[in-house]
Amino acid sequence: MSAPQAPSLVRRAAAAAAVLAALLVVPVVASTYQTQLLTYGLTLAIAALGFNLLLGYSGLLSFGHCAFFGAGAYAVALMMRYLGVTSMELFILGGIAFSAVLAALFGVVCVRHTRIFFAILTLALSQVLWTLAYKFFWITGGTDGLRVPFSKLTLLGGLVGFPGADAFAKFITSYYYYVLAAFCVCVALMWLIVHSPFGKTLQAIRDNETRARFLGVRIWRYRWLAFLVSGIFTGVAGSLWVPLNGLTTPDVLYWPQSGKIVFFAVLGGFRNFTGPIVGAVIFNYLEVYAVAVTEYWQITLGGILIALVTFLPSGVVGSAARLSARLKRRREALP
Amino acid sequence: MSLLRTERLTKHFGETRAVDGVDFIVNEGEFLSLVGTNGAGKTTLVNLISAFLAPDSGRIFIAGRDITYAPVDERIRAGIARSFQLVNLFDDLSVLDNVALAIFAREGKTKRIFALAERDTVVTQEATELLGQFGLAGKAQGLAGGLAQGERKLLDVAVAYALRPKLLFLDEPTSGVSTRDKAQIMDTVSSVVRGGGITAVVIEHDMDVVFKYSDRVVVMHEGRFLADGPPEEIRRNRDVATYLLGTDIDA
Repeated sequence: MSAPQAPSLVRRAAAAAAVLAALLVVPVVASTYQTQLLTYGLTLAIAALGFNLLLGYSGLLSFGHCAFFGAGAYAVALMMRYLGVTSMELFILGGIAFSAVLAALFGVVCVRHTRIFFAILTLALSQVLWTLAYKFFWITGGTDGLRVPFSKLTLLGGLVGFPGADAFAKFITSYYYYVLAAFCVCVALMWLIVHSPFGKTLQAIRDNETRARFLGVRIWRYRWLAFLVSGIFTGVAGSLWVPLNGLTTPDVLYWPQSGKIVFFAVLGGFRNFTGPIVGAVIFNYLEVYAVAVTEYWQITLGGILIALVTFLPSGVVGSAARLSARLKRRREALP
Repeated sequence: MSLLRTERLTKHFGETRAVDGVDFIVNEGEFLSLVGTNGAGKTTLVNLISAFLAPDSGRIFIAGRDITYAPVDERIRAGIARSFQLVNLFDDLSVLDNVALAIFAREGKTKRIFALAERDTVVTQEATELLGQFGLAGKAQGLAGGLAQGERKLLDVAVAYALRPKLLFLDEPTSGVSTRDKAQIMDTVSSVVRGGGITAVVIEHDMDVVFKYSDRVVVMHEGRFLADGPPEEIRRNRDVATYLLGTDIDA
């Protein structure tokens, strides 16, 4: 059996351009509600993209990525409340700084371990953060959380604000494009990272740690840097998500949030670059519509997860890629 | 001048004296074979020198420098590389990437995060040429996991060779392949290694291969050196015949 030929760069660029074109017209053709839903999906996709640098490319399962998502969200809320900041660009910088410091510290503890030990450590550390957000209520607002109303938000260095009666629809449309731009930057950056010598080194460590060591690579430094980059991406996702949600509570730091991020990657397929992105967007729709249809939406999601792991272990994107390769081979086999 | 020297190098596993006070010298430019029965201590000796294992006692010097307790990456920078008996490759990366990674590592480029690996034409070109030397040019774009056993053995050597070491240890480069592939692998390996002016120590079981390709043969038995000399001398050695070749000497 010959290895499946990777699509050429030109075809990939064409596909990306087509998807981007479709995404650009969404607010024009879709309702405010649908646009809002997709905005949520795109922020979650950025989180999944960061998470998958660890799972897909470094072979490390983090079960504590809610910490970085939450760090990004709380950075925005705290800056708004205590520093009176309203600029989204400053919020993103704050989110990057906060999640970077956190990831750098957590990374030192976690990356010397792998497999279940790594997963448990990330889980434990993230839950420490949850406890802090919960207990230090005079700073974090406790279970009430902190509000981040869109009406106070400004985009593009204060050029765009959202006062007035029809502000919500305007906010959603503007913010959709804002998130889409951030999403494109994140995708391009991550694409570069996983195809860089550094990214290849991570994959080499994932495939064969011993051999990588015998190339003179100091393993844990690379894992630490991957952890840092991964945490920052997920932090940016949290910062972008919070104005959309209007509120951050300790729930974003609670472990089921980490479970969801894992779910995104498994659903879409963590061995594909686009898998976690698609997984996050699909998950967002699944969650919203499952809640709308049935009270037992968690059972629906659980059933889907079991079915996925059993029947489509390479996820939606992985399975689709395999199917298209098979169809192509069959077409070529025909006279 | 000797490139590598060990002094009374020792490693015990419980009661077993895997390597027992070995004084090992490797001279610059030679192609040396390390032979012995299973459990003679050959792989342990290589593991000690390449920092896969820590010695109980004794010293290791490369080009006069004490590296007994130096970590792996430092020994690699000092010029020691190795391949593995059980092939150790990056199976989900392309054949080209396997070799390119060794070159990136050697050049200290593995920390480059905002540059496309394949756009580094210097590295890509060197990797492609090296694969050509090892007869793997046609497989460059396929996954390493998809190679046949003989090709995997060659790629394993190529990855170690790409580090451009001074001293290259090859742990059974022909184990697990057919007799026909064996000759081809050894022809390729010895011509590339000799052509590159690299000193090599090869662990090998097949005595025909040993006698054909080596400048010098070192025979190990129960953790010690039993004999050391050019192939013709080893072939005539009675002790070697008893312990290693068994009845083969008369055959």
